[in-house]
Amino acid sequence: MCTMIAQQVKIKGSGKGASGWFTLQEADVSYDHPFDAPFEHALNIDFVNESQGPAARVAVELSVEAARTLVETIQAVLSRAEAGGYIEKK
Amino acid sequence: MYTTDQYEGLLAETVMLQGFHGDWINAYFARPLGAGPFPGLVLAHHMPGWDEWYKEVTLRFARHGYATLCPNLYFRAGHGIPEDVTAKVRAAGGVPDDQAVGDLEAAARFLRALPTSNGRLGIFGTCSGGRHAFLTACRVPVFDALVDCWGGRVVMRPDELSPNQPVAPLDYTQDLACPILGLFGEDDQNPSPEHVARLEQELKKLGKNYEFHSYPGAGHGFFYHNRPAYRQEQAVDGWNRTFAFLEKYLKTSAG
Repeated sequence: MCTMIAQQVKIKGSGKGASGWFTLQEADVSYDHPFDAPFEHALNIDFVNESQGPAARVAVELSVEAARTLVETIQAVLSRAEAGGYIEKK
Repeated sequence: MYTTDQYEGLLAETVMLQGFHGDWINAYFARPLGAGPFPGLVLAHHMPGWDEWYKEVTLRFARHGYATLCPNLYFRAGHGIPEDVTAKVRAAGGVPDDQAVGDLEAAARFLRALPTSNGRLGIFGTCSGGRHAFLTACRVPVFDALVDCWGGRVVMRPDELSPNQPVAPLDYTQDLACPILGLFGEDDQNPSPEHVARLEQELKKLGKNYEFHSYPGAGHGFFYHNRPAYRQEQAVDGWNRTFAFLEKYLKTSAG
């Protein structure tokens, strides 16, 4: 690892990998070398289910700008949903 | 020097060896055919993993006359396509330094025990592998040559140390017992030119045998022909220097 900047968060949801849909348990967020994106470093998110092995993984590799925009967009969409009363109360 | 009238042959296969703590791990092994004697070369693979590029490089060194062994430092993370396995290791913050050093030391023992060995041994690594190669050469004094290609985090701030990486490799420099070739890109951020200068300063202060080349117009990973970071001119020169360095210290009596 070259930056060692990585963090894991527990999540709930589903992801569609190479073998179809599977239950997500973790999201691994890192800022390190990507495999495919044409940058030296990227904001990488791996949506995984560790209990199902390394292949249970949905990957994205984003530029810093794209990652920040995505965060803002997710927050904006959730705010609209909340304002509209669509988010279920727990 | 290869000429077209020479016989060429090599054998390449996956082998198993006992690495750190006696754990069994796999490794890609390529060696020239024939009685030898051949020098040995340990490859410390890069952060993207035990992947296609490292398999190709293992074969390349073997074609140049080295019994070459590239252990899978991510073996314990499980199996799958290299990217998926690497992603798991990345999420865990990399592999512990002691584990990587133990696995690379085991690779060195494997090569030393070959009946075709000429008794000389080198270690080569790029990216995190450059760091692991440097660390291993310092901590395991069995090598005759070290090639560190843009190894990042050799110089570390105190706040970068962790349980997996408790000591900056720079702090082991006094124990380095073999010549080192360092290849770097001036546009690299990790290691930055300042990091490279700090390492060079330490090597010079301690009277070590070192040869550093920093290439203008190159960043991190300029050997990687499958990545945008590839720089043809710098990569060709870097490879030529690598082979000349290894030839000097592993094949001839000049070392």
